[in-house]
Amino acid sequence: MQRIGVFVCHCGTNIAATVDVKKVVELVRFEPGVVHAEDYPYMCSEVGQQKIAEAIKEKQLTGVVVCSCSPRMHEATFRNCAEKAGLNPYMVEVANIREHCSWIHKDMEEATKKAVILARAAIAKVNLNTPLQAGESPVVKRALVIGGGIAGIQTAIDIAEAGYKVDIVEKTPSIGGRMSQLDKTFPTLDCSSCILTPKMVEVSTHPNITIHTYSEVDKVSGFVGNFTVDIKKKARSVDLDKCTGCGVCQQKCPMKKVPNEFNRELNTRSAIYTPFAQAVPNVPVIDREHCLMFKTGKCGVCSKVCQAGAVDYEQQDEIITEKYGAIVVATGFDIIKLDKYDEYAYSQSPDVITSLELERIMNAAGPTNGHLERMSDHKPPKNMVFIQCVGSRCADHRGKSYCSKICCMYTAKHAMLIRDKYPDVNVTVFYIDVRTPGKNFDEFYRRAVEQYHVNYIKGQVGKVAPQPDGSLLVQGVDLIDNKQIVMNADMVVLAAAIEPNPDIRKIATMLTASIDTNNFLTEAHAKLRPVESPTAGIFLSGVTQGPKDIPETVSQAGAAAVKVIGLLAKDKLKTNPCTAKCDVMMCNGCSTCANVCPYGAITYEDQEVRGPGVREVRRVAQVNVALCQGCGACTGACPSGAMDLQGFSNRQLISEVDAICR
Amino acid sequence: MPMTENGEFRPLIVAFCCNWCSYAGADLAGSSRLSYPADVKIIRVPCSGRVNPMFILRAFERGADGVIICGCHPGDCHYTSGNYFARRRMTLLFSMLDYIGVENGRTRVEWVSAAEGAKFSATMNEFVEKIKSLGENVRLGDLRCKD
Amino acid sequence: MQGLIDRLSALLSDGTVARVLGWKKGDMPYNPEPHMFETAESLKDFVYDGFCGANLSKMMIEASKLEGKTAVCLKPCDSYSFNQLIREHRVDRENAYIIGVGCRGKLDIDKARANGIKGIEEVSGTELDGPDSVSFKTIYGDKEMSYSDLLLGRCHVCKGKEHMIYDELWGESKDTADSERFDEVKALEAMSPAERFEFFKKELSKCIRCNACRNVCPACSCRKCAFDNNNFDSQQKANVDSFEEKMFHIIRAFHVAGRCTDCGECSRVCPEGIPLHLFNRKFIKDIDELYGEFQAGKDPEAQSPLTDYTFEDCEPGIVAERSNG
Repeated sequence: MQRIGVFVCHCGTNIAATVDVKKVVELVRFEPGVVHAEDYPYMCSEVGQQKIAEAIKEKQLTGVVVCSCSPRMHEATFRNCAEKAGLNPYMVEVANIREHCSWIHKDMEEATKKAVILARAAIAKVNLNTPLQAGESPVVKRALVIGGGIAGIQTAIDIAEAGYKVDIVEKTPSIGGRMSQLDKTFPTLDCSSCILTPKMVEVSTHPNITIHTYSEVDKVSGFVGNFTVDIKKKARSVDLDKCTGCGVCQQKCPMKKVPNEFNRELNTRSAIYTPFAQAVPNVPVIDREHCLMFKTGKCGVCSKVCQAGAVDYEQQDEIITEKYGAIVVATGFDIIKLDKYDEYAYSQSPDVITSLELERIMNAAGPTNGHLERMSDHKPPKNMVFIQCVGSRCADHRGKSYCSKICCMYTAKHAMLIRDKYPDVNVTVFYIDVRTPGKNFDEFYRRAVEQYHVNYIKGQVGKVAPQPDGSLLVQGVDLIDNKQIVMNADMVVLAAAIEPNPDIRKIATMLTASIDTNNFLTEAHAKLRPVESPTAGIFLSGVTQGPKDIPETVSQAGAAAVKVIGLLAKDKLKTNPCTAKCDVMMCNGCSTCANVCPYGAITYEDQEVRGPGVREVRRVAQVNVALCQGCGACTGACPSGAMDLQGFSNRQLISEVDAICR
Repeated sequence: MPMTENGEFRPLIVAFCCNWCSYAGADLAGSSRLSYPADVKIIRVPCSGRVNPMFILRAFERGADGVIICGCHPGDCHYTSGNYFARRRMTLLFSMLDYIGVENGRTRVEWVSAAEGAKFSATMNEFVEKIKSLGENVRLGDLRCKD
Repeated sequence: MQGLIDRLSALLSDGTVARVLGWKKGDMPYNPEPHMFETAESLKDFVYDGFCGANLSKMMIEASKLEGKTAVCLKPCDSYSFNQLIREHRVDRENAYIIGVGCRGKLDIDKARANGIKGIEEVSGTELDGPDSVSFKTIYGDKEMSYSDLLLGRCHVCKGKEHMIYDELWGESKDTADSERFDEVKALEAMSPAERFEFFKKELSKCIRCNACRNVCPACSCRKCAFDNNNFDSQQKANVDSFEEKMFHIIRAFHVAGRCTDCGECSRVCPEGIPLHLFNRKFIKDIDELYGEFQAGKDPEAQSPLTDYTFEDCEPGIVAERSNG
């Protein structure tokens, strides 16, 4: 029989306001195995933990139940506390009487009754708990960063600087990401590439960093400290080592009509191309979809003009397999498609553009060499209208429910830059709210309004109608003066919502990292563990976790790196001891469990089985505890019930059912 | 029959929630104060794939009026595939219970992510209403069905 | 039949096999029983006729552990069970010599009794190459009944007379399938839930928990049954009356779902005549409809539907959708 102590937490008034804590203490005293019960305002506090430790020692407790907040919150706290007091940490269970009880029920009697039942279930479980010992698994001292934008670059540099090897996998031909497309950055207005390029160079020359561009993660297996990743290196058709980056091939390529993704398809590029001048590596790729050589077999110009002999049409996709201790997801974002917002005429007029297109237009290396002009007739605009929150903070299914966070600031930046460079251009901004929380952000916005006289109108635009004369008729509403507004514009810029990179779903599935309804990766804890995924060993960097500007992204990238470094600094990790266990006396050796194990943790071996009246060699299941992650799929598949899960055993779960249904 | 003083039927409902998505979703429902009836009692399991049909039948045998299993959305299982196995197992088990004449509204599977506190709460409210409309579970209590 | 006995004794004499698993004449002409023949001479009691319904494949679990090969007579339907046992590593194929015996359906003595044939002393015409009618010598005189009217229910929905696995074949089979396999299940599905409940309540109430179904079932081959496993808290005396008994047939059917070949032995041996196959066949029908046709034991390499999945699988809510129309 266990000697169980029950500790009921008030959580200030979080629990005590709706659960009669004293009554819970009185009632659980009568449960089987309970030899001690007490309450305290904050069980997780130093004093609260002290009480648990003292009771363990004084009452020789063999099991502990803490009735408190979610075990996802403080199970580890209480288990550590028990361990320090000499009790096996896995003899501690938490009854969740806060999130699952006091916070959702109002009636005290009802909530108290339920709290007692939840406590009872935990007590019934602890009665069947057995001490478990965590095993150890080695840590591969190498990290993988998925995504080579500013987030991935910063994380990789920080990890590499701590002395660990890092690989970056980037899908496009060059690292740099979204930031490389930007012209200036807020709130300092320094040039984006001027601050990004040195980092790109640093990352490409760092002895601890390997960059795989034009590559994708193909398969992930393993677990924290020991992931095995297949990386697909797409055929570049140009030898990375031989190419000198002279650029002649791109000049001579006869196929120059390929939409230029880097310039948001505002102009075209050649079929053999580097996305931008400062690309890292400065080695072109052949876009096989558009290359004449690949389409018709007749061309070969690039190969002929390449003095280094770097062009290789025969190159094949290649899969490389690497082991990593930690994986950082830094896959960034794109802007949403605007097909559901046709009232803004984005598809009808080339003069209705997105803010990201404006970045390219304003950029000296962009399609207009930095001249502000309409894409339709290349004339400079006189009147520009910016429409905010296109798809952000959207209540209906067309857009995103969240605030994209960066648009208010970049629009202030665009407005200011235009007014500075072209003082005769009138700039009007339609907005729902202007949100400027950030260091020097509101000052920046005030400058746009006060110093540059940007016309901010609180209200939404209902329609943008292209006119026969080529202008755009903007119909909106001014909510402050409560009047309809109709104005002519030469250019309309849409602040389209940002969304996570569409590849993230596939990547999250491979990593078994959870994802929210907006496809942002979920943090282990929204406040306290913002750069970790709930899946151990997976870390989040940049917009993959939620909308962020550059300074925030860089901070978070550094934070993710610190977490990775903390992991890689360990030689061994404690493994989860809640693993599957086979009772060889009952095992049929039928392989059903192995068929459902996602980790290949179950093997079979002929083992001599001894028991009452039994002594024979049988084929029985063996669980490799280093591979088993404790999902329990095998236990449900096993017909005889030979396979059980430690910490969540059949008997434990059935005893919980019984306690609840008593 | 479990009743409150005013004679209202209060069902007994057991919810199995996977640790990674649905249990966290229930936590979020809690921290967002999105209420649902106290009739629902949650049992934490590592994965919906851990739920053995025996547990469900056991709950019914011990007097549960409804049993709901919540797991990660297909494609999002923390363990890659546990919810897929759960989906097949539960489909077949529920179909069998329906076949022997047990009201099919007493069993349910719902995929609730860690971010779906509102869905968790809405699901539980809906399920409790459904079970209330079905009343006490008399058929499944004893499959020997001896009078 | 003599040809089969001759062949079996030749296999024993030339050392191909060390023993023969077959059927032995019973105390009555209609109840032969499974038997292990160790010598050629003992084969004089060997019998193979219409009453040899017993599926011998499960006995091969123990037999295939013995020294030397065991010859086993498997009817077409038994060969599915044997394949399934291979898939589950329960029998050693190398230690089995399979004689695929022909079949023209197996007989149910209760059908004769129901037809008023009682006090049976002798039966003739049940051999594989026998006539279309069976003759009974009873204490009340001679009676006759057609072979097909005497068939076990399962033979009317026979999966086919092709052996899924064998080393050699003996005897000509005759097709017996004349009903749709899922008709009985469909008829139940068409009833209201309350009617279905009444039906199963009546049937299950007859159960005396003799375990005959579990003992005969080739899929119930666990070394130790889940019902004898204290991890589910189902084996204790105090629970025998509750959990185990109340949910026994449902749990048993679930445990064999995706593994049951629908051999029908459970219904054949039930002393209370409970149509237990109706549980298993329901699972098979659901699996076929929801996850694609699957016949356990047809292909020992095939993945069981319960250890397999697709992203697009239907949601459990489909049960209510289908049932509530």
